[in-house]
Amino acid sequence: MEIFGIPTQALFGQLLIGLINGAFYAMLSLGLAVIFGLLNIINFTHGAQYMMGAFCAWFFLERFGIGYWWSLLLAPIVIGATGVVIERTMLSRLYKLDHLYGLLLTFGLALIVQGVFTNFYGSSGQPYRLPPEFAGAFDLGFMFLPKYRAWVIVASLIVCLGTWFVIERTKLGSYLRAATENPALVQAFGINVPRMITLTYGFGVGLAALAGVMAAPIYQVSPQMGANLIIVVFAVVVIGGMGSILGAILTGFGLGIVEGLTKVFYPEASNTVIFVVMVLVLLFKPAGLFGREH
Amino acid sequence: MTRFKRNILGLAVAASLTMGVAQAQVSDNLIKIGVLTDMSSLYTDLAGAGSVAAAKMAIEDSGIEKRGFKVELISADHQNKPDVGSAIARQWYDTDKVDVIVDVPNSGVALAVNQITKDKNKVFLASGPASSDLTGKACSPNTVHWTYDTWMLANGTGGAIVKSGGDTWFFLTADYAFGHALERDTEAVVLKNGGKVLGKVRAPLNTQDFSSFLLQAQASKAKIVGLANAGGDTTNSIKQAAEFGIVKGGQNLAGLLVFLTDVNALGLPTAQGLIVTNTFYWDKDDQTRAFSKRFAPLDKGIHPTMVHAGVYASVLHYLKSVEALKSDDGLKVVAKMKEMPTDDPLFGKGTIRADGRKIHPAYLMEVKKPAESKGPWDYYKVRATIPADQAFRPLKDGDCPLVK
Repeated sequence: MEIFGIPTQALFGQLLIGLINGAFYAMLSLGLAVIFGLLNIINFTHGAQYMMGAFCAWFFLERFGIGYWWSLLLAPIVIGATGVVIERTMLSRLYKLDHLYGLLLTFGLALIVQGVFTNFYGSSGQPYRLPPEFAGAFDLGFMFLPKYRAWVIVASLIVCLGTWFVIERTKLGSYLRAATENPALVQAFGINVPRMITLTYGFGVGLAALAGVMAAPIYQVSPQMGANLIIVVFAVVVIGGMGSILGAILTGFGLGIVEGLTKVFYPEASNTVIFVVMVLVLLFKPAGLFGREH
Repeated sequence: MTRFKRNILGLAVAASLTMGVAQAQVSDNLIKIGVLTDMSSLYTDLAGAGSVAAAKMAIEDSGIEKRGFKVELISADHQNKPDVGSAIARQWYDTDKVDVIVDVPNSGVALAVNQITKDKNKVFLASGPASSDLTGKACSPNTVHWTYDTWMLANGTGGAIVKSGGDTWFFLTADYAFGHALERDTEAVVLKNGGKVLGKVRAPLNTQDFSSFLLQAQASKAKIVGLANAGGDTTNSIKQAAEFGIVKGGQNLAGLLVFLTDVNALGLPTAQGLIVTNTFYWDKDDQTRAFSKRFAPLDKGIHPTMVHAGVYASVLHYLKSVEALKSDDGLKVVAKMKEMPTDDPLFGKGTIRADGRKIHPAYLMEVKKPAESKGPWDYYKVRATIPADQAFRPLKDGDCPLVK
């Protein structure tokens, strides 16, 4: 059986691949959405922080022999800590100003970080060994699914749903959401709002680093790996609705699939299709698919 | 004044006069070289700062400055965008008094610079770009295409693979001038040798994830997946091909343009066994090793790729020609470069053809197994040398208007 000249079996494969790429989009856009939703900062350093996560894992392995699983835990903490420093020393001064200032600051930081890494490590990147547990692949009949890619989908789903649950369904999450609506009032209840905001930024950055560690065995660990991705992920967040957590997750997976299908039917457009979708969504639903109109 | 003193004075005046004459022909008394390259993206390691270092070494080694010529070297990042590259080239020629543009990895940018250089009667020494159109339908009397081209790669790597039984192909092509040219030239070789092309897919430049394209390659059942891409695109596609079991499934990869820095980035466990065609390998003989030893500390320890070597050798030959001609007029210098035989420590003796194609041997090499490698950068063993007269497209087949 064929759909538009493509055998259905092949199409399943492509859908699955789209889903895997969507998993990365979801994880990254989730971090962006959390930061925007709770801090009102458009974090353009996100791509660089994803790259730093991957480099951190590579560095752990090469210098200290720390393997993949520990990196999965440690790299987000280390990079998250750098995020905390950035928030305390720079971003915290910008909250009262227009979004544009935060965007420019984080964009500038991203360029600096990428430039410094390119200067030291060059552009062709470093190889990161696939953890031995994931060697090999599942033969699904319609495609050959590397075990590692299967793990990426599972891990991403756990992280995304976990984050959504914490923010939307727990007491901690309700404090966070309240603090963005009315910081003064929440502070009056004895909650340390500035510290909560700082940790939230650190957490968002940690999510980017986590995605970076997960990407390391698949892609070359290179200074530019986040540079193109951030634009796509930013589009994902806009389509999903700025600051909407569930929107970021669903749109991330959805657009991964859209992009995957474009790679089959019209590959030349595969890195533009997401922006076409963005334009259409903004025309008809300016707040994004899951965003609230203010 | 004694007679002796008068003679000395006379000699000095004469010497300064001839020097004045020599330099009167060189515009602004200055030979200004602009290295236009990729300083921030996927081709940075194979060209980039290394190309600037190579040009600097060539100026030093030429000794031209000791003989009274002033040489200045500047560089810029074209960001792999033809519009950015064109704007820099125009500014360099029009206001910054640049006489020659060197390197330009990325065929899209190079074709634009090629045209501008011709319009302004300057010189373009192309080392980084691959498209064989630079000496074909887009050939120019102001351009020398030094290091390699798509025809050479297609016939080197492509030809070797087809002849050893890889007769059905699927192309994974970078979607711009370079990829299209490499795909076209390789397809011609495959068809000529009785092979078949079962399919092709065009991926945007600087793609991260190739899995979808690799899946299409897998479905095509072609024996060979030809990678008509370069730099980071090649390393990512090779790495992900291993992940998706392309080679385990019985298909083979043909990296049509693989640079030394790509092999270094992949690591030997992933890259071993790849067949590559290059015109320069740093470990070929004592002279290339001596050059590499000087070069590596200037570029983060990177050992020179063929692009770096091409920048060095082309600048060296350019300076020789300017000195011989005592002029930096674009058309005249390139004519002189073609007239003088080339001789440098990296490519040996060679010539430049009427269409601007530099002629030298190419080497068909195989990436070593990890156990065979003695250490970092010891990556290739030479399988065959393609003689200079067979390495490049015959002059008559290029459709270059300069060849009549």
